[in-house]
Amino acid sequence: MLAAGEEGIVDSPGMGEFKVHRVRFFNYVPSGIRCVAYNDQSNRLAVSRTDGTVEIYNLSANYFQEKFFSGHESRATEALCWAKGQRLFSAGLNGEIIEYDLQALNIKYAMDAFGGPIWSMAASPSGSQLLVGCEDGSVKLFQVTPEKIQFERNFDRQKSRILSLSWHPSGTHVAAGSIDYISVFDVKSENWLMDSFGDETDFNLLGSAIHKMLVDRQYMGVSKRKCIIWGVAFLSDGTVISVDSAGKVQFWDSATGTLVKNHLIANADVQSIAVSDQEDSFVVGTAEGTVFHFQLVSVTSNSSEKQWVRTKPFQHHTHDVRAVAHSPTALISGGTDTHLVIRPLMEKVEVKNYDAALRKITFPHRRLVSCAKKRQLLLFQFAHHLELWRLGSTVATGKNGDTLPLSKDADHLLHLKAKVSKMPAFLRSALQILFSEDSTKLFVASNQGSLHVIRLLEGSFKHLHTFQPQSGTVESMCLLAVSPDGNWLAASGTSAGVHVYSVKHLKLHCTVPAYNFPVTALAIAPNTNNLVIAHSDQQVFEYSIPDKQYTEWSRTIQKQGFHHLWLQRDTPITHISFHPKRPMHILLHDAYMFCIIDKSLPLPNDKTLLYNPLPPTNESDVIRRRTAHAFKISKIYKPWNLTSGRISTISLQPLLFMELLDERTLVAVERPLDDIIAQLPPPIKKKKFGT
Amino acid sequence: MAALEEEFTLTAVPLGSGPDGPLGVEPSDKTDQFLVTDSGRTVILYKVSDQKPLGSWSVKQGQIITCPAVCNFQTGEFIVVHDNKVLRIWNNEDVNLDKVFKATLSAEVYRIHSIQGTEPLVLFKEGAVRSLEALLEEPQQKIETVISDEEVIKWTKFFMVFRHPVLIFITEKHGNYFAYVQKFNSRILSKYTLVLGQEENSVIQSFSTSVDRKFISLMSLSSDGCVYETLIPIHPSDPEKNQRVVRSLLLKSAVSGNARSGVGLMVLDQDHLAVLGPPLPTSKECLSIWNIKFQTLQTSKELPQGTSGQLWYYGENLFMLHGKFLTVIPYKCEVSSLAGALGKLKHSQDPGTHAIPHFVNWEASQESGLGSQNSEQSKRIKESEKHIEVELRKFLAIKRTPDFHTIIGDTVIGLLERCKTEPSFYPRNSLMQLIQTHVLSYSLCPGLMEIALEKTDVQMLQLCLQQFPDIPESVTCACLKIFLGIGDDSLQETDINMESVSDYANTVQGEKMEEQAEILQNGFNLEEDNCENCAQQLSAKPQAAVEEAALCPVIPKRAALLNAILHSAYSETFLLPHLKGIPAQHITLFLQYLYFLYLKCSENVTMTLPGIHPPTLNQIMDWICLLLDANFTVVVMIPEAKRLLLSLYKFVKSQISICSELNKIEVGFRELQKLNQEKNNRELYSIEVLELF
Repeated sequence: MLAAGEEGIVDSPGMGEFKVHRVRFFNYVPSGIRCVAYNDQSNRLAVSRTDGTVEIYNLSANYFQEKFFSGHESRATEALCWAKGQRLFSAGLNGEIIEYDLQALNIKYAMDAFGGPIWSMAASPSGSQLLVGCEDGSVKLFQVTPEKIQFERNFDRQKSRILSLSWHPSGTHVAAGSIDYISVFDVKSENWLMDSFGDETDFNLLGSAIHKMLVDRQYMGVSKRKCIIWGVAFLSDGTVISVDSAGKVQFWDSATGTLVKNHLIANADVQSIAVSDQEDSFVVGTAEGTVFHFQLVSVTSNSSEKQWVRTKPFQHHTHDVRAVAHSPTALISGGTDTHLVIRPLMEKVEVKNYDAALRKITFPHRRLVSCAKKRQLLLFQFAHHLELWRLGSTVATGKNGDTLPLSKDADHLLHLKAKVSKMPAFLRSALQILFSEDSTKLFVASNQGSLHVIRLLEGSFKHLHTFQPQSGTVESMCLLAVSPDGNWLAASGTSAGVHVYSVKHLKLHCTVPAYNFPVTALAIAPNTNNLVIAHSDQQVFEYSIPDKQYTEWSRTIQKQGFHHLWLQRDTPITHISFHPKRPMHILLHDAYMFCIIDKSLPLPNDKTLLYNPLPPTNESDVIRRRTAHAFKISKIYKPWNLTSGRISTISLQPLLFMELLDERTLVAVERPLDDIIAQLPPPIKKKKFGT
Repeated sequence: MAALEEEFTLTAVPLGSGPDGPLGVEPSDKTDQFLVTDSGRTVILYKVSDQKPLGSWSVKQGQIITCPAVCNFQTGEFIVVHDNKVLRIWNNEDVNLDKVFKATLSAEVYRIHSIQGTEPLVLFKEGAVRSLEALLEEPQQKIETVISDEEVIKWTKFFMVFRHPVLIFITEKHGNYFAYVQKFNSRILSKYTLVLGQEENSVIQSFSTSVDRKFISLMSLSSDGCVYETLIPIHPSDPEKNQRVVRSLLLKSAVSGNARSGVGLMVLDQDHLAVLGPPLPTSKECLSIWNIKFQTLQTSKELPQGTSGQLWYYGENLFMLHGKFLTVIPYKCEVSSLAGALGKLKHSQDPGTHAIPHFVNWEASQESGLGSQNSEQSKRIKESEKHIEVELRKFLAIKRTPDFHTIIGDTVIGLLERCKTEPSFYPRNSLMQLIQTHVLSYSLCPGLMEIALEKTDVQMLQLCLQQFPDIPESVTCACLKIFLGIGDDSLQETDINMESVSDYANTVQGEKMEEQAEILQNGFNLEEDNCENCAQQLSAKPQAAVEEAALCPVIPKRAALLNAILHSAYSETFLLPHLKGIPAQHITLFLQYLYFLYLKCSENVTMTLPGIHPPTLNQIMDWICLLLDANFTVVVMIPEAKRLLLSLYKFVKSQISICSELNKIEVGFRELQKLNQEKNNRELYSIEVLELF
């Protein structure tokens, strides 16, 4: 216990004891990953989930999830691809092709392909054409126009649904995976190209030969009912690689239609495949959660003859790996277990930095919890609904480590599903909304880049003003922060810096200089009106709004640099708050740590212990003062750090939200991984004993 | 091969120096950053790869820098002397040289030396030497005079010999040259007179040195255009005496004899010299790289705008003045490769390839060359094996390149080809060294294991089995045959890696056990071949079983070899047919050993063997299964094996029951886990008191 007298002795008093509301009833379960698509030009990764959500990760900005499109029950995404440079398309079982507007962060348009549910989609190597494979066995070609896409023609209809598609790198041929066979056809002549083989010789009406490569249904000597071709990849030398539900990776010669090589790699389905641009390596994902890396290696030294060899298996997933991608330096995989795993290829990584570490992204990089401090209410944001809870209370007191008896348990107050429909048109689509501290104003960031200020009256509201976006930009604002006195509003988009508006004068006050990395959290401190900004590269800036410049402290820490361990953290800061009575403190957290920055203490340098446990209270002041530094961090969850922090001795779980309710009360919303895993479907059972 | 790369200019603005060029180029404590001292008033810190200045400092108008700025590697500070006596020390952050640390000395400074690993040294014009630290303690201390009147320091260098700093400086007086060598571990100053030989009246224009164990080799470029070498002993026999050293001609007509200016010399490595100057009287000035071993001009680069004759060489860069600009020419000399050495050996009897034997640093090749001509075949082979070993060690010591494994592969193939053509040639040590690089595989050098098998070199085979990931099953089996068949006596002589075998295998006990087992088995022979009977017998003799468990059936060295087999990768389908070819006695012995290992395993809870890299239980079991699969019909007929088979049968039975029990337990555990989870889920909310920081 930290006695009051002692606080007076120590230069910078500690935070002392808190009542912590530990909330674990936020039943957040991320959806399983369905597709991933890597864009080479922008080094971005698009990920779609089974609930139709699409997320964009910026791999150059420390894997930050910078954009987000919420899903809808009626849209189950089955395919995702980039075309025409950086345009993103998805297609799904509702039969629609959707293009996303990456600037405004909304859906640009949806177009029905009229082929029933769409199972697969592929953009041509040039990016100017889109091919979709439908439930009715048709393959449809769309032209990508500057504004939209336009249907061009159908290819010959196949007997069953087209589950996978791949273009030849020259754009002249396409391989299509169906059930029990793969077809290869010529894009120019619109005809199936290959010679027939096996007993499935067909000729179409135009007289050109249809060719299908029949896949063996047998699985370990037992004939399965059907063999589903989950993925195909067409290489420039004419080889077609297929992966199927019988656990096989097969290499076909598309010119002759013959099976060249067969790898049986799993006892279950192989569900996904991705090839590197150089075509010297590819990756497949299986239903057992294993990812296999295949590489083209020389048979012997000096010989130019190369063959595909299965080189490395990775087991980072517990469930089906539904999607894989191959960036120049990493293998990316995702699946039913909801983790996005980025496994760097060590031989391709030149510098030991962020990119050399294995990444497992589980939690969203944005805040899903909001808190009404005075009323002690928590609002949880789910994919398709909201939940409002009231925190419990206690009258008891206790000492460090005690769990207090509850006089009132937490209540689930509301479950909001329907949207309020009586909204003016300009408020229909909001990316972010924020109330002022005194609840008299509402700030709405719309997807056109504008910010609306609305005055709230008893039972009604009045539109006060709209801050128009800077001329020439249509980028949407996705983070908002308002100062406690209600005078300043800060807003940030994904790249263009932070704008600060004066709410009193309803005009742009200043713009914080643009920084290379996206903003992950924003907050304005009470009294000083200092704007604290956290970026995805773990830099934290403090900017004085009245002075229109960075504060002295911010300059000092930029000059000295952050501690290397601070910069090595792999989750972004999602929330910043302040202590009402201690202006020198900044509270911030990410999913795995909670930190109080005490600006009055010296900054840590690379030689100091960053994760500095609180020395025992009986330690002399000299030692306390010598070891204390500005970053007081509690590391969370990762079991090997249990003893290093202060809170962590009681092992907090991954932290989705943490906020000070008042001087002596904290609320922490945790989400234990076990609870998420418990709600996933059971993985494929593997026999452990007696095999 | 030595090569000069594309040059680049360091300064965007010409040095304000006039014809004399810069005072000096010195390295700083950061690689790639160099201090360039103008002969006027300015010191500039350059980042060479970026070709841009990082900082620039000037002394006041009226002052002049008299000694090139250096970096104190111990503190990272820069030191310069202006107006002969004023010492300035500053660091990167300082802006104005006028405001930095200043010390006025009592004598004129010739040069400040600073090299990595020792503190800076100040050489005064009168020949006295002080360490910087000692000088700063008392800047006005009296500086003694070492050299005589009218003697002038011409050139100086500071270097480390076996971690001891050594300073050399050359003085001139009336056309005579003297070398002073100051050693700091013994504080001895030795003086040498340089005897110029026939060219008494020639003027020495430039010096450079290289150092080996015993001698400082002082190279001098004379006005006749020739390079001479003088060897100065580092540890003189009589340091007090003034000794005379003679110089010998090293390189003839490196530059034109008429050249009066712009002539310079720099030793690049033990074989290469850089010479600055016009090669012919009429030609433009030129930078040339000479190989002194072969007396060949390796490469040269013309400097049409003239140069000052100053040349600096740090890392891989040559710095010189070209016209008015400081120019950097990256220089590379690849180390002669091992492949080259192999090629040389192939033609070692060809006299044509030998260089003229009147040069220094050529002893090694001379020895091997002459020896091969005189002595008999076997000695020649032994020597060439040794030579390869030495070259190999040198090669392995240098940094690994990306194509390292292919080079190693090619080297092994080269050696093996020679093994095939010359049966007595077997460079065992070299091959072992190559295998231990961890980059070889069977497919990279298929012949290696065949030769080792041929020579029954079990040590090499063990190493191959440990290192190669892709040994074909037939070869693994051939190794197994040799390991089981080789006599204990010949095994004892070999040097086998025993780390996979810990103290469980004991020779003496092992031998005893074999005898004992035989007696028992003879006893069984009289009985009917009735399993139940045998089982009874066995259970009646539990002590015998215990004893057997404690004793290893093979000697430790053989156990180590067999463990290497157990560790190797294989595919059952391909291994089985080969296993059938192993004699039944050997199969039985191997089975006994495997069974012994299994019993050892089951002695502890974790089911592992002691030792650093022991065989795992899975490996042991797989091999037992394999051996039985392959040879069951044979083994079942051998009376010696009967006991073993019975024990194995009992063991398998117990395993099956354990597995079924484990499966039952797993189901139970899963239910427990579910219950546990439900219990945790109930604790969804709590208020706790926690102390924060």
